[in-house]
Amino acid sequence: MKFTEEHEWLRVEDDLIVVGITEHASAQLGDIVFIELPEEGTTVSKDDEIVVIESVKAASDILAPIDGEIVEVNEALVDEPSKVNDDPIGDGWFFKIKPSDPSQMDDYMSEEQYMKLIG
Amino acid sequence: MPYTPTHYLPYDFANRRHIGPSPAEMDDMLKVVGAKSLDALIDETIPKSIRQKEPLDFGKPLSERKLLNHMRVTASKNKVLTSLIGQGYYGTVTPPVITRNILENPAWYTAYTPYQPEISQGRLEALLNFQTMVSDLTGLEVANASLLDEATACAEAMTMAQRVAKSKAGAFFVDESCHPQNIEVIKTRAKPLGIQVIVGDPDDLDAQQVFGAIFQYPGTHGHIRDFTDHVAALHEAKAIAVVAADPLALTLLKEPGAMGVDIAVGSTQRFGVPEGYGGPHAAYMATKDAYKRSMPGRIVGISIDAHGNKAYRLALQTREQHIRREKATSNVCTAQALLAVMASFYAVFHGPEGLKAIAQRIHRKTVRLAKGLEAAGFTVEPSAFFDTIIIDVGLLQRGVLQAAVNEGVNLRRVGKTKIGISLDERSGRATTEAVWRAFGIDRNDDDYTPEYRIPDTMQRQTAYLEHDVFHMNRAETEMMRYMRRLADRDLALDRAMIPLGSCTMKLNSAAEMMPVSWREFSLMHPFVPKDQAQGYAELIEDLCDKLCKITGYDGMSVQPNSGAQGEYAGLLTIAEYHAANGQGHRNVCLIPMSAHGTNPASAQMVGWKVIPVETAENGDIDVDDFRAKAEQYADHLAACMITYPSTHGVFEETVHEICQITHDNGGQVYIDGANLNAMVGLSRPGDLGGDVSHLNLHKTFAIPHGGGGPGMGPIGVKAHLIPFLPEQSGAVSAAPFGSASVLPISWAYC
Repeated sequence: MKFTEEHEWLRVEDDLIVVGITEHASAQLGDIVFIELPEEGTTVSKDDEIVVIESVKAASDILAPIDGEIVEVNEALVDEPSKVNDDPIGDGWFFKIKPSDPSQMDDYMSEEQYMKLIG
Repeated sequence: MPYTPTHYLPYDFANRRHIGPSPAEMDDMLKVVGAKSLDALIDETIPKSIRQKEPLDFGKPLSERKLLNHMRVTASKNKVLTSLIGQGYYGTVTPPVITRNILENPAWYTAYTPYQPEISQGRLEALLNFQTMVSDLTGLEVANASLLDEATACAEAMTMAQRVAKSKAGAFFVDESCHPQNIEVIKTRAKPLGIQVIVGDPDDLDAQQVFGAIFQYPGTHGHIRDFTDHVAALHEAKAIAVVAADPLALTLLKEPGAMGVDIAVGSTQRFGVPEGYGGPHAAYMATKDAYKRSMPGRIVGISIDAHGNKAYRLALQTREQHIRREKATSNVCTAQALLAVMASFYAVFHGPEGLKAIAQRIHRKTVRLAKGLEAAGFTVEPSAFFDTIIIDVGLLQRGVLQAAVNEGVNLRRVGKTKIGISLDERSGRATTEAVWRAFGIDRNDDDYTPEYRIPDTMQRQTAYLEHDVFHMNRAETEMMRYMRRLADRDLALDRAMIPLGSCTMKLNSAAEMMPVSWREFSLMHPFVPKDQAQGYAELIEDLCDKLCKITGYDGMSVQPNSGAQGEYAGLLTIAEYHAANGQGHRNVCLIPMSAHGTNPASAQMVGWKVIPVETAENGDIDVDDFRAKAEQYADHLAACMITYPSTHGVFEETVHEICQITHDNGGQVYIDGANLNAMVGLSRPGDLGGDVSHLNLHKTFAIPHGGGGPGMGPIGVKAHLIPFLPEQSGAVSAAPFGSASVLPISWAYC
C-alpha cells in the first residue's frame, strides 16, 4: 500500500488502484455524514477534486492521487457513510481507478514513511 | 466625562438617549482601555494617515419629532393609488395582529441570525412553519428558510440546476411568460458564468439543448399551463425543471410537485407582506430531497438537544458560504427572515381553508371583472386564469391607463396596445367598478353568481397545510399568545446586548422604524409611474448623496438586497468595466484568507478564480505575499477584495500600499464595507484607494437584523465605475430600488 500526504491510501488490485482515506484522517474528521463520489467512467487528472466528504465538523475535498479513469465507486457509502469511520482501510474504500500512468504511484509514501508523518 | 442635564432633552435624537453607556460607564471603559478620552482613543487606534480631512457635516441634526415631521412631508409626496399592475407584486391584507406583534415588535425584528439555536427556538419554529408551508404548497419535499427575492431565487435555481443536472448542455431555457424582472436577473447572473439563456415559448423548447428550464406559473400575463409534458421531456434529456409559482395560486391549482418539477421558486409577498415599493419580501425555494445538498440558503431542521428533547437548528450548513467559501452553493448570507416569519404567520392565521377562500374570492372577482369587460365587447385573455387578465384595446391604451389613474387605479401597460389587470386580496367592488369606468363601462359589480375559469384538469387535488400548527385556534388573542410564546424563547436586542459584530452592534431606535409602517411607504407598488413616487425618489437621492459623502465614493446603487448581493453586484461592476476596456480576460481575484466567507463565494459567482493571500496570525494581510501574487497574475488580475478594518478589527496601515499594488497590476480594489461601523465620520474607503464598496444598511445604518433579514447592501463606486452599475449593465434584484421600504430607516439614521 502507498500513502499520500493528504492521508489517502492506494492499494493495487490487479490492474486497478483502490483508494480511500486512512484511519488517522477519518478519526480527525469525526463522524462522516455524507460522501459525494464521482461518476463511474469519469476521466480524472491528478489533483482534481473528485470526492467531497462531510463530517459533523467539516467538509473536505479528496483530490485524485493519480491520472486515470474511475472504474467503480463504493455505492454502499451513499447510505452508510459511517463505513469510512468503522473500516477506513477495508469496507470504507471510495473508488477504484484505472491508472493511465502507474509510475505516478512512486511519488507516494510507504506505510513506514506515513506512520512517521503522522507521528 | 462631563455632562449636563440638558443632554437628556426630551425627544432629542442621537444625543444621550441613543448612546447606550452612561457617562459614568464611559469613564470606566476609558479607564480600562487606558485612554484619556474618546477622541484620544480614536487618535490612538486609527492611523493618522487614513483619517478623513473634513468632518462629516449634514447640517444641524434633527430631533426625533422634527425628523418624523420631515419624513411625513417626504412621504406625502408619494401618491398611493390602488395598483393592479401585478407582475409579481400584489395587494395583500396584513392581519393587524402580525403587524403589531411581529413587524413592529423589537423582540422579532432585533433578533440575529439563528446560528445559536439555544437562544433562537422561537424564530426557528416560525421559519420551520415557513418551510413546511412552502413544501406543502409546492408539493416538493425540502424547502429553505427564504431567499432575497423571486428574481434572484430564479437565478439561484438556474445555477443549482446546472450543479445537479446530469445533462452537460450549456444552455438554460427561460419561459417568455416569466416576469420581466425575473428574466433580466437570470440573464445578468448567466452572463459571467458563460451560460447561454434561451427565452421562448415552452412549446418550442428543445430539451436536448438545455441543462434546465424555468417556467412561470401562472404566466406573467395570466396563463395557466400544465407543464407535466415539458417536465417529462426535460427529464428524458437529463435536464432539470424549475417553476416560478405564485403560492396563493397554488391553493387552487395543480402543484409543481404533481407535474414532476424539480425546483420551485417564488415570492411570499402576497402572504401578508406589503409591496413596500419593491421589498423587502421573502422568496422561497423548494426541491426534491435528492437535491437538498445543492440548495442555497438557510435550512431549519429538527434535531435533539443534550437531554434528548426535540430542538430546532440550522441544518446542512456545510453548503453555505461561511463554511465552504468559494465552493459554497451560493454566496447568500442574509436572507429575509423577518418577512418569512410574517408570511408563515399569515398561513398559520388563515390556515388552508382561509388561504383557499382568499384565492377563490380573488379568482371570482377577476372573473366578474372579465365578464363586465366582455359584456361591453372587449376580448379578455387568457381563457384560463387565476387573478390576471389582458385586454387588447388597440389605440385606446394611453387613454384607458390615464382614465384608470384618474379613478385612482394603476393598470399595467402591456406592449403597445394591451392592458394587464391583476386583482388581489384588497380588491373590492369599488375597485372593479373603477376599472370598468376606466374602460368606459358604467355598471355595478353586484352579480355574485360564482363562476370559475380554471379548467378541471388544472385544479389542485392534494391537501396541504395539514400540520396542527395551521389548524390552531385562530382567534386573534390565541395568535398573539403563540407569537409571544415563540418570542419568549429568543434572545434579541430587546433583552441584552449581542456583542457579535456589526450585525447586532448598531442603533435600533424606535423612531426610525415608525415610517416603515406608513401607507405612503408600504403600499407602493414598485412599478408605479415615477410621478407617483416622488417621495421615494427624494429620499433615495438624498440617502445616496449622504452615503457618498460618508464613504468618499461618487455614485451609489441601492439595488442589492444584502451585503453578499452587494459584493456580487460590485464585482460584476468591475467585470463590466474591464470588459468595456478590452480587458475582459481579467478573471483573477486576490482575497485574504481571513476574509468573510461571502467574499470568495461572490467572486466565484462572477466566474472569477479566487487566489487566497496569506494573512498573519493577527489577521493582517501579508503584503509581500500580496505583491508576489499580484505580480504573478498581473495579466489576469481583475480585483482584490479586502475588508477594512480587517475582520480582526485592525486598521492595517498597509492599506494604501495594497490598493496601489492592485492598481499597478491592472486590478480594481473592492473594499468590503461590513466594518464601516468603525469608520463612519473618521475615515472613508474611497479615500483609502477603494474603487467600490458595499455597505450593509442592516449593520451600520440601522436596519434591524430581523433574525436574518431584511438587509440592504448598496454599493458605492468611484466615478469611472458609475456607467457599469446594475442600473445600466444588468439588474441584480427584482425591484429597481431593492427593498425600498426599509431605506427610510437608514435615511432617518443619516
